[in-house]
Amino acid sequence: MAYSDKVVDHYSNPRNVGQLDKSSDEVGTGLVGAPECGDVMRLQIRVNPETQVIEDAKFKTFGCGSAIASSSLATEWVKGKTIAEAMTISNTDIVKELALPPVKIHCSVLAEDAIRAAIGDWKKKNHVSEEAGVAVAAAH
Amino acid sequence: MTDQTANEMESTSSMAHNGLVISQTNETLPEGVHLPIYMDNHATTPMDPRVLEAMLPYFGKIFGNAASRNHQFGWEAEQAVDLAREQVAKLIGCTPKEIIFTSGATESNNLAIKGIAEMYREKGNHIITQVTEHKAVLDTCKKLEKQGYEVTYLPVETDGLVSVEKLKAAITDKTILVTIMYANNEIGVIQPIAEIGKLCHEKGILFHTDAVQAVGKIPVNVQTDNIDVLSMTAHKIYGPKGVGMLYVRRRNPRVQITEQINGGGHERGMRSGTLNVPGIVGLGKACEIAGDEMVAETARLTELRDYLKAKFENVLDYIHVNGNMDHHLPGNLNMSFVHVEGESLLMGINDIAVSSGSACTSATLEPSYVLKALGLGDDVAHSSIRFGLGRFNNKAEVDYVSDKVITVVQHLREMSPLYEMVKEGIDLSKIEWAAH
Repeated sequence: MAYSDKVVDHYSNPRNVGQLDKSSDEVGTGLVGAPECGDVMRLQIRVNPETQVIEDAKFKTFGCGSAIASSSLATEWVKGKTIAEAMTISNTDIVKELALPPVKIHCSVLAEDAIRAAIGDWKKKNHVSEEAGVAVAAAH
Repeated sequence: MTDQTANEMESTSSMAHNGLVISQTNETLPEGVHLPIYMDNHATTPMDPRVLEAMLPYFGKIFGNAASRNHQFGWEAEQAVDLAREQVAKLIGCTPKEIIFTSGATESNNLAIKGIAEMYREKGNHIITQVTEHKAVLDTCKKLEKQGYEVTYLPVETDGLVSVEKLKAAITDKTILVTIMYANNEIGVIQPIAEIGKLCHEKGILFHTDAVQAVGKIPVNVQTDNIDVLSMTAHKIYGPKGVGMLYVRRRNPRVQITEQINGGGHERGMRSGTLNVPGIVGLGKACEIAGDEMVAETARLTELRDYLKAKFENVLDYIHVNGNMDHHLPGNLNMSFVHVEGESLLMGINDIAVSSGSACTSATLEPSYVLKALGLGDDVAHSSIRFGLGRFNNKAEVDYVSDKVITVVQHLREMSPLYEMVKEGIDLSKIEWAAH
């Protein structure tokens, strides 16, 4: 299968590989996928409690080149965005950017899931309501 | 300077330029390594130049129809076919009359299984095979099931070998055919063929083997192996694509097969159609070379394969070999690089042609059914690579391939959350994964 140049680039030079301190209140962790499906993504974000801006993001992915590229791209995109902005990133944006073929769309879906799972984890830790996205973290 | 000279010089300089680029690339590569490297010799093999040379006249001057009995053109073609029949027969220990030329092993397997099933329908309707067969056998059996035949698909043990005891237990008074492959195309394991053949003969059941990966690679003898019907193809032994054969035993017992193609009664009525003379010549020559060089080539490939395996084992953790290594094809190594996904591994080694147990590239996204039959989890199956060493691979290539695979596996493990968790002592099976 031919990969797009962007997929090859992310695969060869993945951005933001690594891990953040899972126990920190500022860090949200999303672990999605399953080994038996051939894809597991872990995406982590470190959020500024004052501004709700994602200041850092890291990932590790077990999966095909498209899965690696999707998660690498996701970390690039969420960095510098607020939680609310990051929630608007959709898998179709990733498909478009990486020129993923139909058989690889599930990789982009997984990356979107990973972003949402990381944000969800951060919100849970910081007692932010899912609907409103209002920070109550500052209260404690 | 004339225009012609200028043109010549221009073309020379551009050639020199191209040559320089190529030699520069090769200068950085060790001697004996030319990219891309082909190490997928179970899928197909490059033609041996000696085979091509033997075939060429039959595309040109010697074009006759081997069935033309009344002129020289036909006789010459027939002579060439007769020689090929002898060359093939010699390799597997049968007589030339027992060879039926076909278009390849898929046709041979279809002809054998369907042909026997139809011919012996009165005697019974039960066929025994195993789950790790090639699709050419499995799909043929499935077709027969739809026509009222009963098929037992034996499981294999975790090392890929079929249990003769389980096979024995599966035999009923309706069993007419046992079909078990000689050597597996993915994991390279060699089945206990002689033992299975003996059992079949004791029970009066016909025994067919798909010997595509075995003939020409390891000693195969239809007498000592107790084989009644055998399929093989030329392109797995450095011959041309589109030609193969079916061995059909003529005595003790005499095997009868219902033909699947009608039209002229060629090949003792079992396979009509004008013979593919150049292809058959190539098949014969390929068999002759394989037989002549088998002993030395087996030793060479076994050494290369073990060297490749040792290189991985010396550097990487969480790897394992699939398939019993004591009963194994010389050129095969099927290895799981756990916590690395196979397709991403292939992507990193795209100047090397190997196969992956991961079928992420296929529409089904299902990992290899052969690896799953060994009891491997989908995650491990996804992490598996098949290396298929062949006649034209050398040690420098094995070094290049192993170094590159090690580098890429390490790169991907840096990125693998699973590898990190395992290293931290986390039991992956205890995690509740959200299957998608």
